[in-house]
Amino acid sequence: MAMVIRCFLTLLLFLVSTHLTSSLYEDQVGLMDWHQQYIGKVKHALFHTQKTGRKRVLVSTEENVVASLDLRRGEIFWRHVLGTNDVVDGLDIALGKYVITLSSDGSILRAWNLPDGQMKNLKADKDDLILVFGKGCLHAVSSIDGEVLWRQDFAGESIEVGHIIQSTDEIYVAGFIGSSKFYVYGLNAKNGELLKNDHTTLPSDTFGELLSVSSDKFVVLDNMRSKILTIKIKNGKISYNQKPISDLNKDSSGQAVILPSRIPELFALRMNSRVLLIKVTNEGDLVLVDKINNAAGVSDALSISEGQHALAFAQHEDSKIRLLVKDINNWNDDLLKESIIIDNQRGNIDKIFINNYLRTDRSYGFRALIVMEDHSLLLVQQGEIVWSREDGLASVVDVTTSELPVEKEGVSVAKVEQNLFEWLKGHVLKLKGTLMIASPEDVVAIQALRLRSSEKSKMTRDHNGFRKLLIILTRAGKVFALHTGDGRVVWSVLLHTLRKTEVCKDPVGLNIYQWQVPHHHALDENPSILVVGRCGPSLATPAVLSFIDAYNGKELNSMSLTHTVAQVIPLPYTDSTEQRLHLIIDINQHAYLYPRSPEAIDILQREFSNVYWYSVEADDGVIRGHALKGNCIHIIDEYCFDFRDLWSIVFPSETEKIIATVTRKSNEVVHTQAKVMTDYDVMYKYVSKNVLFVANAAPKARGEIGAATPEEAWLVIYIIDTVTGRILHRMTHHGCQGPVHAVFSENWVVYHYFNLRAHRYEMSVVEVYDQSRGDNKDVWKFVLGKHNLTSPISSYYRPEVTTKSQSYFFTHSVKAIEVTSTAKGITSKQLLIGTIGDQVLALDKRFLDPRRTLNPSQAEKEEGIIPLTDSLPIISQTYITHSLKVEGLQGIVTVPAKLESTSLVFAYGVDLFFTQVAPSRTYDSLTEDFSYALLLLTIVALVAAIFVTWVLSERKDLQEKWR
Amino acid sequence: MGALHFRSFFAVALLLTCALGFQSDELLLDDDEFGIEGGRSFDSDSRHQPSAAATSTTSRKRFSDSASDSKIQFPLQHAFGDSDFSDAGNFSARLKTWSHGGQTLTKLRFKRDPLTDVEQKNFQELLRGDDFYRIRLPSNVLSPPGREYIISSVKARCLPGDGLEEHFVIHMEGVNVLAVNYGAPGACPYPRQLKLPAKWSFKSYTVLKNSEQAPRAPIFAEDVLGGEGGVGEAVKPMEKSFWAKYWMYLIPLGLIVMNAVTQAMNMPDEQPGGQPGAQTQQQPGPAVQRGPGSGVRRR
Repeated sequence: MAMVIRCFLTLLLFLVSTHLTSSLYEDQVGLMDWHQQYIGKVKHALFHTQKTGRKRVLVSTEENVVASLDLRRGEIFWRHVLGTNDVVDGLDIALGKYVITLSSDGSILRAWNLPDGQMKNLKADKDDLILVFGKGCLHAVSSIDGEVLWRQDFAGESIEVGHIIQSTDEIYVAGFIGSSKFYVYGLNAKNGELLKNDHTTLPSDTFGELLSVSSDKFVVLDNMRSKILTIKIKNGKISYNQKPISDLNKDSSGQAVILPSRIPELFALRMNSRVLLIKVTNEGDLVLVDKINNAAGVSDALSISEGQHALAFAQHEDSKIRLLVKDINNWNDDLLKESIIIDNQRGNIDKIFINNYLRTDRSYGFRALIVMEDHSLLLVQQGEIVWSREDGLASVVDVTTSELPVEKEGVSVAKVEQNLFEWLKGHVLKLKGTLMIASPEDVVAIQALRLRSSEKSKMTRDHNGFRKLLIILTRAGKVFALHTGDGRVVWSVLLHTLRKTEVCKDPVGLNIYQWQVPHHHALDENPSILVVGRCGPSLATPAVLSFIDAYNGKELNSMSLTHTVAQVIPLPYTDSTEQRLHLIIDINQHAYLYPRSPEAIDILQREFSNVYWYSVEADDGVIRGHALKGNCIHIIDEYCFDFRDLWSIVFPSETEKIIATVTRKSNEVVHTQAKVMTDYDVMYKYVSKNVLFVANAAPKARGEIGAATPEEAWLVIYIIDTVTGRILHRMTHHGCQGPVHAVFSENWVVYHYFNLRAHRYEMSVVEVYDQSRGDNKDVWKFVLGKHNLTSPISSYYRPEVTTKSQSYFFTHSVKAIEVTSTAKGITSKQLLIGTIGDQVLALDKRFLDPRRTLNPSQAEKEEGIIPLTDSLPIISQTYITHSLKVEGLQGIVTVPAKLESTSLVFAYGVDLFFTQVAPSRTYDSLTEDFSYALLLLTIVALVAAIFVTWVLSERKDLQEKWR
Repeated sequence: MGALHFRSFFAVALLLTCALGFQSDELLLDDDEFGIEGGRSFDSDSRHQPSAAATSTTSRKRFSDSASDSKIQFPLQHAFGDSDFSDAGNFSARLKTWSHGGQTLTKLRFKRDPLTDVEQKNFQELLRGDDFYRIRLPSNVLSPPGREYIISSVKARCLPGDGLEEHFVIHMEGVNVLAVNYGAPGACPYPRQLKLPAKWSFKSYTVLKNSEQAPRAPIFAEDVLGGEGGVGEAVKPMEKSFWAKYWMYLIPLGLIVMNAVTQAMNMPDEQPGGQPGAQTQQQPGPAVQRGPGSGVRRR
């Protein structure tokens, strides 16, 4: 075995030193990688169907994406991802060919060209005003050149502006001061001059937003949510009246909410699951129009023709959804009545947008764009789902992986025979390709063959471990399982623990863990995963747990816990069914053990004194270490434990603030603990799992780059042992500041920060070596067994560590850093850097070696040490995302394949991207396009040649003998 | 001639030994300044080892002349398992105030209070239960306890050696204590054995640590190119030893020699030993005769 590994290592070294980079050819794109584009949960949609040509729908989403979708198939025509802080507030079409977006609290207005999505300067012949309200200021923007014509500041008067009413010459701005004083300002549309104002104090405080029913009428709820206030503005004068809801509807139990749908003369009031449609008459009186039971959503009104407005709403009926479109003025007839079957894993309807079209018989038809609870987007027309998009995948919260089931034995002969011809044909094609005699059609066929090779999308475990399930938790509370082969959704489940209920008002999914990974004695059980959530954004809300079968997505069990969740610690112990023990720490200094079984308690009792963990209080600048103490004193629960603080590190708040903490991955494998230096000296890596990297910045330098001078900025980094709280290494970078992105692997940590003095980004590496084992260099000690390598290592051992570090400049700013991980840790490592351009760059770890010197000696060169340079090279072939972009990149996940050379990489953001990387090339397998047929042919040819030459030589021999 | 040489050499040697053996009786002010604090008598049985105050302040600071000194003290407190903290000793140090306003501690000394009977009993409890011995320090030495106490703990069974041995590494940032690494100076492998100390007194080692400066990113300019020629010239490939150069030839050679030797050893062995060997094996003579016979047939 050792011999094999040695061979591997030599081979590896050879390969590494010969090939610095491994890039892929054009025809290999899409073989092992897939890329999916999403847009996120749609907030606002506009249909653009008037003109002939491509029909499209323009959307803006909660992920700050502005996109134009094909109305026929749901594909993206164009898409722009605005920054994370650039929230889209409004979307409109101007002049029929521009899309206008307002973002960042109304401070940025952009215009995009409708067909291709290019940013445009507005050009128009007509002088139209575009009114923009943002940050307490009203701007009038010319539609000719985008110039601001005038502005009026309302922020000084602390008015929360609710609405703007525009008529030809006058503009009215209505809003509240506090929650009961209502103000109206009249402005001159030409120059923004203040013409008149009026105000009134409403009889009670108000609840929720002001809704405009028509150009001069508003409705709002009072703070008891029992009365409706109707406000009318006429020539800048305010008048109001109020009406209790109980007058409109007898059964007025439950909390009323005004739905923000824009319908002329009407508004919708939701009470429990019922929606009341109420008409506001010209006199300001309220009349109940309709009551809709089990209503799911109400759309804005759509103007079909002059004076005719249509309104769509949906009702839930068991597994179906009934979509109704009604004429507002003529409520009794339905313009459309359809029922649609929708997968119940999509949850309830969140929003509806409707659009009309002319049917072939000249009557009006309607199509509806529906946003579901799981953030997916559906287009419904003629009672059918035309297309659907799983846009929940644009907001990934956490990712884990699961193995696929083992393949069952027994493959039918017929299948093999049927495939034999195909197989041969495929190989002949490949052979042609190799011998460069393939025609263009053949090349296309080869490409198609490769892409469709059913091998990679099978639902069983493969020998190389490339096929896995990516289990993804999204912000909508839906869990998806994607196949790594082609990225298709294998199953998806909307967790009912993460849906809004009376008890759990605003649930959020937090993390996803591997709960049960059966491998030895429990192979017949399916693996399962644990989803941890919380009933609200605050830490003090109770926790919820869900257990899901990883093969079919069934929710096995779910719990609503009485305690909170601050931290979840997967313990390195499993019970007899391979369920992993987890400790959930709440905010009241208790630890709860899961699974709640006596066996789990037994296992924990055995290892009771060996459980340590730490907590970081980033706001206070304190890191604490904890250990279990005993059962809870105040709570009677045998699965509840008290813990105590073992150590604490208190950073002085006036000089340091914690900005980043990173640990090693718990499942990382280190192949060799020793590192042989060029002078045949051995250094031992300090490979403890219990290490934490902490980066602290000066309090002044926590903000944006440039906010602090180099003298005020410094960055202090720590490497801390989390069992004893020892500081193993501590180092100050003067004149540097965050944001810090770091990755910890084996005995090294690499981090990225900004150097204010050099005006550049930098990346540093710190490698930690254990010196207490350094004297095991004598061969005789090994022979006589006098070394201490086999002695158990305890954290209470006083470590004698040395560190080596070096810094390099790096051109890009970084969104995420990860490192490749392989099954046995033999393969050399690559850093995967998510750049600001939303691409993933693979950088060999050897570039970040602290031992790089200016002139490496021959021996050092042989070892693979690269001559020292001041900056890290960016080789464009090493972008593993090649030409693609993972828009809004948030994180990168690496998973080892079974094949040692290969690591699976999943990058997520608004888009998803998956690929395989082989940092030292695939030295342990033949490539997929290896031609077995050519090999066979060569062997056959050789054998034939042997026979021919044998016969020839025999003949010659005979002739010689006769001579 | 030789005698003279020898004599002069002897004289020089004597002079050298004299010089080496010279011991200054000068009173070292620095050390005396930090004598005994609080009037506690200095224990004669070296319970308290003078500690090494390793400071790694930057060289810039070290040469600052206008630094002013003052003495400060801060307490060490300890707890047995989950008990409350009580005083266990005192750290004393010199506080240096630099001209630029920074303050650092140097010359850290530690004086531990002897363990009382109750504390000894508590400690034995800890040893039996394999529980934690905890200590704490103030996070600010000027205004203890500062923001919060710095806690550190160790399994009590790690401490007993000959007596009780402990090792402090105190990480400082100015006058703030960030963390204290507390533990036994030696190893403490996991199945910790119950061992009672011979003496109930602490042997303490203390080290003070400040932050290191990170290495700067190398900045290359044209001078690198200019200097390269000279540097490249100077670095010569290291002369390898004979063994390192030719081991690949020597090993097969050695093997061949070994092989030859063993064959040579076997050959004479067989002839004298052939007789008893033949007897036991019942190897008949015809077998020997068959050799030439077959050779004949081959012709």
